[in-house]
Amino acid sequence: MMAARFLRRALPVLRQARSYAEAVSGSPQMSFTFASPTQVFFKEASVKQVDVPTLTGAFGILPAHVPTLQVLRPGVVTVFGDDGSSAKYFVSSGSITVNADSSVQLLCEEAVALDQLDIAAAKANLEKAQSDLAATPVVISCVSLMEMNGQSVFPAPSRQCPEDSMLALYSG
Amino acid sequence: QVRSMATLKDITLRLKSIKNIQKITKSMKMVAAAKYARAERQLKPARVYGTGALALYEKAEIKAPEDKSAKHLLIGVTSDRGLCGAIHTGVAKLIKSEIAALTSAGNEVMVVNVGDKLRNLLHRSHGQHIILNCKEVGRKPPSFNDASIVASELLNSGHEFDQGTVFFNRFKSVISYKTDRKPLFSTDTITNSESMGIYDDIDADVLRNYQEFALVNIIFLAMKESTTSEQSARMTAMDNASKNASDIIEKLTLKFNRTRQAVITKELIEIISGAAAL
Repeated sequence: MMAARFLRRALPVLRQARSYAEAVSGSPQMSFTFASPTQVFFKEASVKQVDVPTLTGAFGILPAHVPTLQVLRPGVVTVFGDDGSSAKYFVSSGSITVNADSSVQLLCEEAVALDQLDIAAAKANLEKAQSDLAATPVVISCVSLMEMNGQSVFPAPSRQCPEDSMLALYSG
Repeated sequence: QVRSMATLKDITLRLKSIKNIQKITKSMKMVAAAKYARAERQLKPARVYGTGALALYEKAEIKAPEDKSAKHLLIGVTSDRGLCGAIHTGVAKLIKSEIAALTSAGNEVMVVNVGDKLRNLLHRSHGQHIILNCKEVGRKPPSFNDASIVASELLNSGHEFDQGTVFFNRFKSVISYKTDRKPLFSTDTITNSESMGIYDDIDADVLRNYQEFALVNIIFLAMKESTTSEQSARMTAMDNASKNASDIIEKLTLKFNRTRQAVITKELIEIISGAAAL
């Protein structure tokens, strides 16, 4: 009995501090830069995940991804923000760099937000291109990818030219 | 040399010509100001894009091997048009000193001129190094297409290089710019650099494509910065020219009035002394 009590009192001395293994050191945030020569979409922003289409396949990039360099294929880039929202962009070509400090640079030659694209106009352009010369794979994959992403969800807002609206105001 | 006193007609001619020049320089300043505003607006995203393209080289701390003699490529970015202060001469000076330093160390140097002004400055003294000249630069704002044309011509020319530098005028503010340089690395330097080992899953094809794209990006950044600096420098130069012209106009107007009064006085005196003689 006495031995047990003694042991019990001794236990606190023997108890070791146990904790979980340390989390991966280094910035948990991804500094994401996404730009085209004419427009900047994200500049050193903190996002949760980026999905990119590359020549070697589609990548999903999270913070602390292994460093890599890749070349983009025409396709859709999806950016998942910290708040869970996602934004999709169509890119024509470019490169992506993931560095050791979790910074990601996505540079593309041309990029446009998916809701700016009008599938009817794109289809019409595709037919025109196909009839003009041998269709380039870029145009075909663009339309097929848009269809894959259920483009009917994004109607393109048609922009009225200012003269029309002024004329409407003037005459009515 | 005996110079007769300037007649009223001479002064009138000079005054008219300088007034015309002042009108021209004023309008050139307005045009340059408009082009500068547009160039600066386009520079903002281009800068983010360009620094993103250079980020790999900075983060991986890629340095060119110093030891063996290598083939160097120098790309100078200016334009075709003058009247912009020391824009072209600044880049030409840097390139000339770089050529001297590299050739004295036994390296082979190749020069690419983007812009006719640079060609004029370099081709007499360093013509043997020039491999490519680009014209029609500076008329319209540079686009990514222009940069890719330059890069593809360079890559197709068959000239291999181990390392390179792009010289351009980096825009600091409306009144100041600085001639700057950015490095270019060949695919070999990148593959052999130690810190590239951490980059996963890279094969030669991907790296070559990546490098070509990076080349276009750096040239694009240099062209954008260069146009902005050039337009702001032209604005300043034309502004100074207009101010100088108005100074001269003031002085000439005073001289004109004094000469006119002198002529009238002389005639009066002649008439009076003639009348007195009678």
